[in-house]
Amino acid sequence: MAQAENNAFDEEEESLARVEDALQNETKDRANLIPMLQAVQRLCSYIPEPAVRLLSRHFGISPCEVYGVATFYNQFRFNPPGRHQIKVCMGTACHVRGGDIILENFSRKLGIAEGETTEDREFSLERVACVGCCALAPVAVIGDTVQGKMAPSKVEGLILGFQLEKDRAEREKREDDRRE
Amino acid sequence: MTEENEAFRIRENYQRLQRKAEEKAAAATGSGEPVITVAMATCGIASGAIDTYNTIKETLQELDLQVRLRTVGCTGHCYAEPVVVIDHPASGFPPLMYHGVSSGKGRMIVKSFLRDADPLFEHVLGATTESEDFPGVMDFPRFNHEKRVIMETCGVVDPDDIFEYIEHGGYSALAQTLETPPAQVIETIRSSGLRGRGGAGFETGRKWDLASKAPGDRKYVICNADEGDPGAYMDRTVLESSPHQVIEGIAICAYAVGAAEAIMYIRAEYPLAVSTVERALKQAEENNLIGANILGSDFSLPVRIFKGSGAFVCGEETALIASIQGQRGTPRYRPPYPASHGLNGAPTVINNVKTLASVPPIISRGAEWYRGIGSAGSPGTAVFSVVGDVVHPGLVEIPTGISLRSLIFEVCGGIPHKKKFKAVQIGGPSGGCLSETFLDVPVDFDSLKKAGAMMGSGGIVVMDEDSCMVDVARYFLEFTRNESCGKCTFCRLGTAQLLEILNRITIGEGKEEDLETLEELCEDIAEGSLCALGRTAPNPVLTSLRYFREEYEAHVFEGRCPACVCRALTAYYIDLDRCARGCDACVGCCPVEAIFTTANRKKGVDQTLCVKCGECAVACPPEYDAVRKVSPAGLVPIIPKPVTE
Repeated sequence: MAQAENNAFDEEEESLARVEDALQNETKDRANLIPMLQAVQRLCSYIPEPAVRLLSRHFGISPCEVYGVATFYNQFRFNPPGRHQIKVCMGTACHVRGGDIILENFSRKLGIAEGETTEDREFSLERVACVGCCALAPVAVIGDTVQGKMAPSKVEGLILGFQLEKDRAEREKREDDRRE
Repeated sequence: MTEENEAFRIRENYQRLQRKAEEKAAAATGSGEPVITVAMATCGIASGAIDTYNTIKETLQELDLQVRLRTVGCTGHCYAEPVVVIDHPASGFPPLMYHGVSSGKGRMIVKSFLRDADPLFEHVLGATTESEDFPGVMDFPRFNHEKRVIMETCGVVDPDDIFEYIEHGGYSALAQTLETPPAQVIETIRSSGLRGRGGAGFETGRKWDLASKAPGDRKYVICNADEGDPGAYMDRTVLESSPHQVIEGIAICAYAVGAAEAIMYIRAEYPLAVSTVERALKQAEENNLIGANILGSDFSLPVRIFKGSGAFVCGEETALIASIQGQRGTPRYRPPYPASHGLNGAPTVINNVKTLASVPPIISRGAEWYRGIGSAGSPGTAVFSVVGDVVHPGLVEIPTGISLRSLIFEVCGGIPHKKKFKAVQIGGPSGGCLSETFLDVPVDFDSLKKAGAMMGSGGIVVMDEDSCMVDVARYFLEFTRNESCGKCTFCRLGTAQLLEILNRITIGEGKEEDLETLEELCEDIAEGSLCALGRTAPNPVLTSLRYFREEYEAHVFEGRCPACVCRALTAYYIDLDRCARGCDACVGCCPVEAIFTTANRKKGVDQTLCVKCGECAVACPPEYDAVRKVSPAGLVPIIPKPVTE
């Protein structure tokens, strides 16, 4: 467990170094702030606090100003996402077709509330305004895949699928280790 | 003399592109080999179009068939996705459109049609061209009501190939514009009567005129593709399916107002739209249609993409500009309007995707032609995304002025499952809920406004009898409360108060005076807010209060939700007279194991565990149909649960 934490820590250090590299070639024009926040999120998959400080130094504005802009927009997150990001659509069409029930089901099955990540960092759950696939309502997006016509039983199926996939990967890894 | 030279150069350069496009098209179709077209925009992909595409590709390789496989954007027929069109001239059939083509079905159709010459009619929606001996898709009301201007090339051309667009006459309007004086271009747009398709309906020609006359060395054009309205996705579709039509519109607008730079503001939530437009811009630049000295003229226009980070309020012009400048997206007081003081203080034209996409056809075919479409006050076509409880949800482009009734019942096939129509919500969080009496209202800017709704971005959500209007109002308030930027007190706190009251009503704790308080608050919020978000935020509440007051009253006075939607007021139970002994369908699907077996082997619902998701009602076989909903929850019959040791 301690090692896993260390690994996560190293990974973060690494991605921050990448952010620093990326910033070197960028203009200090304030108009570049949002594109840079997007770059940070791409590199670190969220906006870690040290990155806010890097940006504040780069643009010559206070960290609180950077934070203020970042929190204004829905796109930016401030805690690390899970390996499988689950976004449940809360658009009008999805609402009418019971999108909140889908969200509730994910939340119950994973044991986390929206905006949270499971302890093993496998899943994170969030609500999004509209992914623009209204004809398939209710919709959830898992990773990059849009899952249309969701139902509570489909929620269980999807999570079970990921669980089985993970078990298989672990089993294969164990077998590989044994062979070595 | 030099002017003539320039005009000659432009024409020559454009004709060169046209020839190249024709050659490419001839090379592709000349061989007479069959062409399979797969629609692959976001919704197609969500329905499994990628799997279908790959399977078809594999099948073709397996059978060793010489077939051209191409992809296009969205056809707008979301209900039929994934859509595949097979054009097999040698077979003697017209091009056939297949619907709901899963990967297995794709394999079967390809094998049967291309190898065994049987087109499998049972899976065909219709022929895409008119022919005497084969029913065409044009015979469907959906197709013959539609009039495509904005979405003319959507689902027809490959969005990743600029030459397909040029072959369909693309960029000819730009070439023509570059030979015309800017003032004349503005005059054409003005006399066409085109009004902004982003929601407010401001006259486009006037906006351009203001910006062109405003003093300033460096002017900007911004294409507003920050489509934040939940339930609307036409801008995404247009960008994914026909990006060049929008780019051409931007270039024409920039030329007319004398802009030096153009920015496309696209939501980051639309990754496919962003990447499609990126590729399209690159191709347009390579072919000298944007960038320096377009088609050899003196006019240059760099175009770049700005990815919006997801804030509904950024659809408002001044908030959008703040966001491009790296600020929090809060609107400011207008006037001065962006047409004179916009990005970096310079004159800026901000137009919606659909407005800009309407421009090239207007230039090519003339203002008169455009004026002739739709209603007199707001001519042209409008794109609606009709979703919710309709048989054929999807994108529909219709001339303005047709009635809501024919839009919902003829074009989109009416309400499924023999349910009754209850309400239609138009214009998203800024719009309103209209009842059945408004079905004959013509769809245009002014008529809808009069009814208390608005055209907005064109999102239409149809609701059947199983929808609760209080819950819908609550939903929109929740949205606007979250999206309020916080600048104006009435919008920030007022929407929170409205939401609190509505929340209370939906859990049965409404008070008698609540309805009046709601009305009062609505008025105050509308008056005390700066931008359209706050000013229109009360619309969903006001309209539902006006047209569906009895539903509010049922919630407040009786603790009853007439549609059995509000979960705190509803309970599920199983009708023991209909429940079949030994059937376990509901038990298996219940996510919280709330269903137990009674002493005589029928089923009961444990009300303390039930989360009211409704899965059991779906799972219960239709021949039993034993799951019932009741409101208020207190009316539920008590079924004793056997004690387990």
